[in-house]
Amino acid sequence: MKGFWHDTVEFFPILMNGVALTIVVTIGSLLLSTVLGLVWAMMRVSGIKVLSTISASVINVIRGIPIIVLLFYLYFVMPDLGVTLSALQAAILGLGIAYSAYQAENFRAGIEAIDKGQIEAAQSIGMGWWLTMRRVVLPQAVRIVLPPYGNVMIMMLKDSSQASTITVAELALQGKLIASSTFKNTNVFTLVALMYLTMSIPLILLVRHFEKRAGKK
Amino acid sequence: MIELTDVHKSFGANEVLKGISASVQKGEVVCIVGPSGSGKSTILRCINGLESYDRGAISVEGLKVDRDAPSIVSIRTQVSMVFQRFNLFPHRTVLENVVEGPLYVKKEPRAAALERGRALLAEVGLAEKADAHPPQLSGGQQQRVAIARALAMQPKAILFDEPTSALDPELVGDVLGVMRKLADDGMTMVVVTHEMGFARDVADRVLFIDGGVIVEQGQAKAVLNQPQHPRTQDFLRRVLHPL
Repeated sequence: MKGFWHDTVEFFPILMNGVALTIVVTIGSLLLSTVLGLVWAMMRVSGIKVLSTISASVINVIRGIPIIVLLFYLYFVMPDLGVTLSALQAAILGLGIAYSAYQAENFRAGIEAIDKGQIEAAQSIGMGWWLTMRRVVLPQAVRIVLPPYGNVMIMMLKDSSQASTITVAELALQGKLIASSTFKNTNVFTLVALMYLTMSIPLILLVRHFEKRAGKK
Repeated sequence: MIELTDVHKSFGANEVLKGISASVQKGEVVCIVGPSGSGKSTILRCINGLESYDRGAISVEGLKVDRDAPSIVSIRTQVSMVFQRFNLFPHRTVLENVVEGPLYVKKEPRAAALERGRALLAEVGLAEKADAHPPQLSGGQQQRVAIARALAMQPKAILFDEPTSALDPELVGDVLGVMRKLADDGMTMVVVTHEMGFARDVADRVLFIDGGVIVEQGQAKAVLNQPQHPRTQDFLRRVLHPL
């Protein structure tokens, strides 16, 4: 750890470039996974056999493929099929798709935890499926879903480092580049770890807040 | 206005309704009584399409009840339901619960719906609870809010599914009082209940159901005071003199 402060001052600005990309990848794939996850979950609980079967199959396929392979596929294979994505686009798309499966299962659990009487009450005043979801089920499911959603956010922040495998120069890759050119492995990777931790802590506190709120009810 | 013709319904191998035929006229109060598991609640749930039925026909104001047809929305806005466990929306205030249907299903203007919502809450004696959330209310209060919510749809009939069964005994009276007032005002009501006093005093007719069939029916006082069928006699003896 010799010269840690000195190295910190020197490498911090470069690593901050990586942090910026890490945040872009995390937020981008978080949004995508949320939207896709909601779509899968809605299909799953729609009560329409075809839709729920498609959704279940998609979720299983996604769950069965490692994130890194999904990223390789999007970045290296898609160009052969005529679709060229930038590394950043491929990273957001890959992580977003991969996490949509977990989001979907989380959302579905939240929706199914709502008392059946609530749905019947909504139906009994003439609400259709979508109105029941929007006005009765989803607002109540959010409370249940938020704590695990926060955990997914933390996992996505850390898994955004996998984007480094397809050349996205986010925090982990910046660290690796600096380390391999300066041989200061200890200092650089300690710094990288501390920076990930610094970003995670607010999210961890957020999850704790969600849990408290959900528990209060 | 409500017509059931030879309605059959099974849950798996268990046939709960074995050919129910009955009708409810406008302004009539009909109580459905009988032992638990006899299919009483299922009849109500079939009338507003919360449950499907296998055979026979149900119609409301001449409209066939089919829970998969678009017309079910129109039926549900004409026939409201009050549940045993209230089923109020816990994430909305009492007033919001009442105006939810008028605002979002019937798309009524906001100001008018809110005004009527408050008036209905006053009618069930809960004007001051408009901004509370349902979990803060007692069971009796919650059920009265549920009745106000049902009334807010300006229904032609209301179905009550054991509305007092989940209440502490001392709260039953308030809810029955509100229901009695509705009956006096000429509301068409179908009430599944174990409150024999209410059935005798308020209902025009009583249906006694056991094992998925109507065993006996007729004028409320006649059925409850001089039951003809042995099964009705036996049931009433148990309910009225449990010891």
